[in-house]
Amino acid sequence: MDTDQLIRSLAADNAHRAPRVGAVLTMALLVAAPLSILIFATFLGMRADVMSAMRNPFFDMKFAVTLSLAIPAIIISLHLSRPEALLRGWGWLLLLPVGLLAVAIGSEAMMAPAMPMTMRLMGKNSRTCLLAIPAMSLPLLAGALFGLRHGAPSRPALAGALAGLVSAGLAATLYASHCTDDSPLFVATWYTIATALVTVIGAAVGSRVLRY
Amino acid sequence: MRGREDEWTGLMRSAMAGDDAAYHRLLKAVTPVLRAAARRGLARAGQPPDQAEDIVQEILLAVHLKRHTWDSEAPFAPWLFAIARNKLIDALRRRGRRVFVNIDDFAETLPGEAPQETASAGEVAAQLGTLPQRQRDVLQSIAVEAASIKDTAAKFSMSEGAVRVALHRGLAALTAKLRDH
Repeated sequence: MDTDQLIRSLAADNAHRAPRVGAVLTMALLVAAPLSILIFATFLGMRADVMSAMRNPFFDMKFAVTLSLAIPAIIISLHLSRPEALLRGWGWLLLLPVGLLAVAIGSEAMMAPAMPMTMRLMGKNSRTCLLAIPAMSLPLLAGALFGLRHGAPSRPALAGALAGLVSAGLAATLYASHCTDDSPLFVATWYTIATALVTVIGAAVGSRVLRY
Repeated sequence: MRGREDEWTGLMRSAMAGDDAAYHRLLKAVTPVLRAAARRGLARAGQPPDQAEDIVQEILLAVHLKRHTWDSEAPFAPWLFAIARNKLIDALRRRGRRVFVNIDDFAETLPGEAPQETASAGEVAAQLGTLPQRQRDVLQSIAVEAASIKDTAAKFSMSEGAVRVALHRGLAALTAKLRDH
């Protein structure tokens, strides 16, 4: 087929309209979310003292941290789904959760400690955290990658890593309501390790499936 | 340069608004630029220029299937060149080893053959043969025989909607095969 003929067939297909990447990503995450919630409901559930925990600012801070990861990651991943887009100028958004954690760690350090630092850092749930966040991330990661496949990222591994951050941020938001470790030191350690794991998986899978 | 790129942006806006003729003109207008870039890329990688047309066709298919990622408020050229660059890099990476192996193997038996300068490309044509019958027929009719969607529908006793679906699926399948083969 020569190029003029190909162009003719492309022009004939001009009426075909694809949905925006944001719409496909939203739908894919909404389809995946019930699976992650099912994992949560089956194996974890909310912590028993959730009502009183809500009066603890460090409990609330966990959600601020996880959502300040998930939401900017969604925004950046949509931005990067355009081929000419650069991370420059957008990457700083990912420092939001880091900054929040730093503030939280600082304010906890200024209070009279209820427990020694190592106990706060190690917590009681580190193993659950390392298992639960990646497990609940997987359906969301698949959804995010499916949604981003509709885009045209110039750096598939980077876009895949962002998909990992999206899914880990959302999964960690669920997990935070189960976990009784509220110290920002615990969050900064174990949530971060779990998120890094999911991000690496996202980058590895993304470098294959996000090529277009 | 500036004027040319503004013209492309205008054509693409019209195309997205449903003007098929503007879309056709735009694709025709960008093709020589893409071809020159593909040749340069191949030359720099030490590969024969006769593969440029395969790369041009891959770029055009990607432009077509990803045009919903273009922001109509943004200029068209940077978006186009980003796609072209990605596809060129992919193509060179993919072809690199194979071509070098071939040249090493056959260098001595091929010296007399001049590279063919044609606007036809082998890969799309080869992958076309692997498509389901219906998609192949529709693509053949519209691309090669220059039939309209309406005439194609009449020829194969299909509805126009079914022709449109087969055409789009065929183009999407071609792109996937070119990427993965």
